[in-house]
Amino acid sequence: MDDIQKMLLEQVADLHEVPAGAYNIRANGVSAARATTANIDIVTKEDKQGIDIVIKPGTKKESVHIPVVLSQSGLTEMVYNDFYIGDDCDITIVAGCGIHNSGDEASKHDGIHSFFIGKNSHVKYVEKHYGSGDGKGERIMNPETIIEMGENSYFELETVQIKGVDSTDRSTKATLADGAKLVVSEKLMTHGTQTAKTAFTVDLNGEGSSANIVSRSVARDDSYQLFLSKINGNNRCAGHSECDGIIMDNAKISAIPEITANCLDAELIHEAAIGKIAGEQITKLMTLGLTEEEAESHIVNGFLK
Amino acid sequence: MLELKNLCFQVENGDLGHKEIIKNINLTFDDHTFVAITGPNGGGKSTLAKLIMGIEQPTSGQILFNGTDITNMSISERAKLGISFAFQQPVRFKGIKVLDLLSLAAGDKTNFSSACEYLSKVGLCARDYIRRDVDGSLSGGELKRIEIATIIARNTPLAVFDEPEAGIDLWSFNNLIKVFEEMHRSSDNSLIIISHQERILNIADEIVVLAEGTVKARGRKDEILPELLKGTEGCKFYQE
Repeated sequence: MDDIQKMLLEQVADLHEVPAGAYNIRANGVSAARATTANIDIVTKEDKQGIDIVIKPGTKKESVHIPVVLSQSGLTEMVYNDFYIGDDCDITIVAGCGIHNSGDEASKHDGIHSFFIGKNSHVKYVEKHYGSGDGKGERIMNPETIIEMGENSYFELETVQIKGVDSTDRSTKATLADGAKLVVSEKLMTHGTQTAKTAFTVDLNGEGSSANIVSRSVARDDSYQLFLSKINGNNRCAGHSECDGIIMDNAKISAIPEITANCLDAELIHEAAIGKIAGEQITKLMTLGLTEEEAESHIVNGFLK
Repeated sequence: MLELKNLCFQVENGDLGHKEIIKNINLTFDDHTFVAITGPNGGGKSTLAKLIMGIEQPTSGQILFNGTDITNMSISERAKLGISFAFQQPVRFKGIKVLDLLSLAAGDKTNFSSACEYLSKVGLCARDYIRRDVDGSLSGGELKRIEIATIIARNTPLAVFDEPEAGIDLWSFNNLIKVFEEMHRSSDNSLIIISHQERILNIADEIVVLAEGTVKARGRKDEILPELLKGTEGCKFYQE
């Protein structure tokens, strides 16, 4: 890998060198490095682009890194990654995509990640998106995440996109069996003329299932964000979604919540708040000696931390 | 230390024209002094505190801090010169932690032991608080104590407190009195505290009575306090 690809890898997966455990690093459309473990197998798909990640039942305290980096301007790819996670696992999966585009043609990565999670398994999934390069070509990422959660499983999704992605259309769909719990934390910042659409659809099918979706976003300059969340309570369950947005300059954010209770014992809540930075917050930090610009920067950084 | 010269502040009042909130106030505050400003609601106390910090700009008049004219200075510039300000209603932040706020206040990377020192003075255990967000998950009283801890961390030549007792329970209030006594005793810094509380007035060196935007009285606490304690009906300062 070249220096740009290594920089992208550091941004999206905090990797300075080859990670411990299983990994598959995809660079400019091909697999650049791969390692498997006794419990985690990674197999290249034969019918389309992508890989199958197969994790044996009972695998504990292991990790899988599957970052994607694109540094070739004009490259467009569609990748399917399927995760088969056995029962009683406890694993961390780090994905993420970094695009460096210094050319005039658009670079685009569309990734469809499907998770099939066994009973009682605990999965933490971290995904970062990052763009760089001063070319006119757009950096486009459209991730789709499909999660099928088994009984009493736990899935934590931590997703961050704070720099350099011109356009993103993100979709996350989850179905939960009895006792399953989904926790989502999304951090998003757009600037310039960027657009970001993020849509969640959660079906709480199982008794005692729950979902908590928290999105924090900052839209600056002339950027636009659309947040959609749809939670269907189909059993005795609890669902909560929260969208907190800060708008600056001429930016716009729309939040469209939809909660549907199809069961008398479904408890569903949606909260959304969008607005500029509260003047009193800036004033308070100025009384501590910060300039207005420094105060604004601290508030935004803290909000997205 | 601080000099207010012919200070006036007025606001637009719809069809009624202008409303004067502060009317030609002249006050001088010495070094290492503890002055309590009291008076009826709507008398201009909080506005005066905000004018000193630069949160509000006077319509006319001058503010001098250690001989420097700060009338047109920003809040940040005044803060850097050595004025700090505790809000009556502490501000909440999503994502800024108690440790972050104390570090910003102290102007450095505050570590656990210094955070512990600031927080223990206001009756909070650092271990329970430094990693918490300064947001709605904290009670009003906790936020208030953290607000006062940021002023202790700043340790500036002049600290202005706007009704520090508001929203604080009785146990915390006893500690608050000790905090102010300690701040006054252990440094050469000056304190200006807006308060309605007799016990705060009682530990001040001087009391200023502000009503209807003007200074009705100023003097040592043993001159002013007995008159105030007669109650507002009989108090000559509120009648004039």
